[in-house]
Amino acid sequence: MNYIGEHLFPGQLGHFLVVLSFIASLIATIAYYKSAQAVIPDDAARWKKLGRMAFAVDFASILIVFAIIFYLIWNHYFEYYYVYNHSDISLEPKYLLSSIWEGQEGSFLLWAVWHGVLGMILMRTAKKWEAPVMTVISFAQLVLATMVLGLYVFDLKVGSSPFLFTRDQFADAPIFQRADYLSLSSMQDGRGLNQLLQNYWMVIHPPILFLGFASTIVPFAYATAGLWKKDFGGWTKDALPWSLFSAAILGLGIMMGAKWAYESLTFGGYWAWDPVENASLVPWLIMIAGLHTQLVYNSTGHSLRPTYFFFILSFILILYSSYLTKSGDLQDTSVHAFTGSGMNWQLRLFVAAFALPSLFLFIKRYKQIPTIAKEESTYSREFWMFIGSLVLLLSGMYIITATSLPVLNKIFGTNWVIGEDREFAYNRILIFVAIVLGLLTAFTQFLKYKNTAKKEFLKKILPATVIAAAIAAAISIWGGINYDKYGMGFLFSIHLAIFAGVYAVIANADYIRVGLKGKLKAAGASVAHIGFGMMLVGMLISSSKTEVLSRNFLNPLDFGPEAKEKGVENMTLYQGVKMDMGKYWVTYVRDSTTAKNKMYYFMVEFESKDGKEKFTLKPDLIKNTKGQEQYSNNPDAKHYLTRDVFSYISAADKLAEGPDTAQFKSHIAKVGDTIFYSTGLMRFDSVTVNPNNDKHKFTSNDTAVMANFTLITRDQRKLRANPVFYLEDGQPRYAIDTVFSQSMAIALSPSEKQGYFNIGVKESSKLVPFVGLKVLQFPFINLVWLGTVIMVIGTGMAVVWRARRLK
Amino acid sequence: MGRLLNFTPGVGFFGLILPPELFHIMKKTHVVILVAIAAGIMILLSFMGDLSTYETLASARQKEGKTVTVITQLDKSVPVPIEYDAVKNPNLTKFHVVDSLGNKAQVMYYFEKPMDMEKSDRIVLKGKMKGDVFEISRKDGILIKCPSKYKDDPKAAYNNLTTKS
Repeated sequence: MNYIGEHLFPGQLGHFLVVLSFIASLIATIAYYKSAQAVIPDDAARWKKLGRMAFAVDFASILIVFAIIFYLIWNHYFEYYYVYNHSDISLEPKYLLSSIWEGQEGSFLLWAVWHGVLGMILMRTAKKWEAPVMTVISFAQLVLATMVLGLYVFDLKVGSSPFLFTRDQFADAPIFQRADYLSLSSMQDGRGLNQLLQNYWMVIHPPILFLGFASTIVPFAYATAGLWKKDFGGWTKDALPWSLFSAAILGLGIMMGAKWAYESLTFGGYWAWDPVENASLVPWLIMIAGLHTQLVYNSTGHSLRPTYFFFILSFILILYSSYLTKSGDLQDTSVHAFTGSGMNWQLRLFVAAFALPSLFLFIKRYKQIPTIAKEESTYSREFWMFIGSLVLLLSGMYIITATSLPVLNKIFGTNWVIGEDREFAYNRILIFVAIVLGLLTAFTQFLKYKNTAKKEFLKKILPATVIAAAIAAAISIWGGINYDKYGMGFLFSIHLAIFAGVYAVIANADYIRVGLKGKLKAAGASVAHIGFGMMLVGMLISSSKTEVLSRNFLNPLDFGPEAKEKGVENMTLYQGVKMDMGKYWVTYVRDSTTAKNKMYYFMVEFESKDGKEKFTLKPDLIKNTKGQEQYSNNPDAKHYLTRDVFSYISAADKLAEGPDTAQFKSHIAKVGDTIFYSTGLMRFDSVTVNPNNDKHKFTSNDTAVMANFTLITRDQRKLRANPVFYLEDGQPRYAIDTVFSQSMAIALSPSEKQGYFNIGVKESSKLVPFVGLKVLQFPFINLVWLGTVIMVIGTGMAVVWRARRLK
Repeated sequence: MGRLLNFTPGVGFFGLILPPELFHIMKKTHVVILVAIAAGIMILLSFMGDLSTYETLASARQKEGKTVTVITQLDKSVPVPIEYDAVKNPNLTKFHVVDSLGNKAQVMYYFEKPMDMEKSDRIVLKGKMKGDVFEISRKDGILIKCPSKYKDDPKAAYNNLTTKS
């Protein structure tokens, strides 16, 4: 059938380019391999030339494929399934980019684009290492290209193409029987971008994170090349700027993800030890370990073997993390893992294709890798750097083992799972890691490589030690850190870790003065360590002092002895009613909505009781995309320098579906009686005949009767309610009175029984606009972000410094 | 040189766990690695202590009061599977679940109702059985899996295409 209105050309071109990139990367791999193996220099040069050309073709193809996908999304060509499935017309332009990396195909392409960029730089800079290093990278490009091929080899699906047509995805849907299906209303719009990804961090975080992922291949490729060419120690200086770069960018990418989670998810924080978060953290920890042993080797000749091990492991863990998040194995343990895509065999093969050869080479050549028989001195920098790397390795292994439980279960047929408190299972171990790493970060730079005079070392580090101890003591005494939920041991560890963090900051700042004589150019490491120390302090304080401001003791009165622990974190606010929330008065002022009810904004005013602070938060709800009916949360926070007030909507009358089904419950009562309702009681005080007040203007000619009730609520407030019954043109009428804060409607009608009335009471959540609100306070969370920025800047300084020294 | 005797700062500590004659034959690196292994084993043991297993609602009942993890679904046979009224109590969600073996239970979750709960096809619960009620006292004790959370749901898209045409 000839379909009308389809744009076939971009897809055909895209398909062609994907295949081209596959072939080009295959040629590049072979050519670079030949070049690396060639004995005659001319041969090597010829093969290298071919390798370069092929790699450049591969890079250009992927870049254009990427551009084509963007073009398709930009123009809303919904005949393409990728466009249909990941975007819609109402999407803001900046989120059109996010649509690319929402799908797996796009994320693989992004990864390949970065490999391409790094490869092009390596061509210019790697010199004699170019051929073996680029063999590894070209091979990675080959494997990535298979991920987006979308071909069937016999019955086996190889990769998933981003240029699949919607009509092919749903081949038997009836609308595709029509040649003009594109003109049908259901094809006029796509299914949209996941609402949680419609956040500016999601525009920038994935490219940075994937650059981080991609960059780990460079130290890996150098290490593999060293083993392969048996030039075991020749690459470590050349590769140093790359491992520094990888550490900086991967770290930045991870923390940007943390910032996104903080701003758009509602678990209350930025890090939840979710498997998807862990899977990217662990390769970073290992990269940091490798970076430090690499520095040790460059200066002393020690620790070359561990350097190999760390760089190989770091990259394998990157591949493994890609497997973990995309295979669907984490579904039951992670909030944001993909479900399986039917490509698991391919993802496993990806890991194996790099893990097996590199580990095989490493084991086979292990004995040949030079070591120094003489031991490091205890007063040497390298000894403690090695210890630090070992601690990083141990902590990384701990995290990845715990994260991999679902995979281990699959392999061993067990059904283990981390118990109730996942976060503490990690925090309990990582707090010690923080203490050790903080201390090592503080004092190690004061030691010289090889050996240090003890007296001199002690003299130099003394001022920083004293100052740090004083500051940490001040924080411990006046900081109010009393997180005793897990006992005194853990609380003590927190205090100790805060000292370690402060010590790392102060000592490294002082080292710039004492050790480097203020020479800032060379101070990259110290600056990065200052940032790391700040992050530690920020994490410890913001987490241990997180406070639920919306503590609600009014509602759950019948919880019994455990009332304190159970169900107190949300408060219900009625529109226009000022509520007491700890040190604030809080009012839900109004709500507004955007077109097609895509978003509901709720304006909530905060006013501190001392009158000094006043601000408005606008947490909102975003309508789910992809054909789902519910809404998702989008929190809002007030950022102060020293704390954040963070809030999100946990419930709202706007979310309730369907009509009001609550019924009036009838009570027969006389004046003086008491009627109970679900959260309080109402006293029938008196009756007024023909009331004449603000609300009702009856005269003696009318027939009207008003009941006067006093409501006593659970929190002992007294409220009034005055329903009226009257006759109009001989017909009975009811003026129902609504008590918003009790979400109650009260009606009055005569009873057959002399002196009694019929009192109708309806309790419904739909009478008055309300929101359930959760408000949290994070003190000093800015230290986490500032520390991250400083760490990245410091590492960037080190990249520049080391790269310059190579020339 | 290179013998552990130089390693004076550590001897006191290591002396507690290692026999003294070892210090004369072992290199410092060996000690470091031994300590690392010891630490690793300790960490692993404590980690094992934290583990629990996936249970069914029936086996959870037998382990009353112990934290368990259960994979369940909403029990749609109950007229109102989820009860949550923020006006009455914003901090209590009651719902009914059924596990893969058909065991049923009521769940008390002391937090707001997760937004996408109604549409979930799977709910992973972490908590304790108390009598006939499964109690969850941590906010992250519940994990909702929707058919189309991150990954696209081809079925929903298919339905969408078929109904509107």
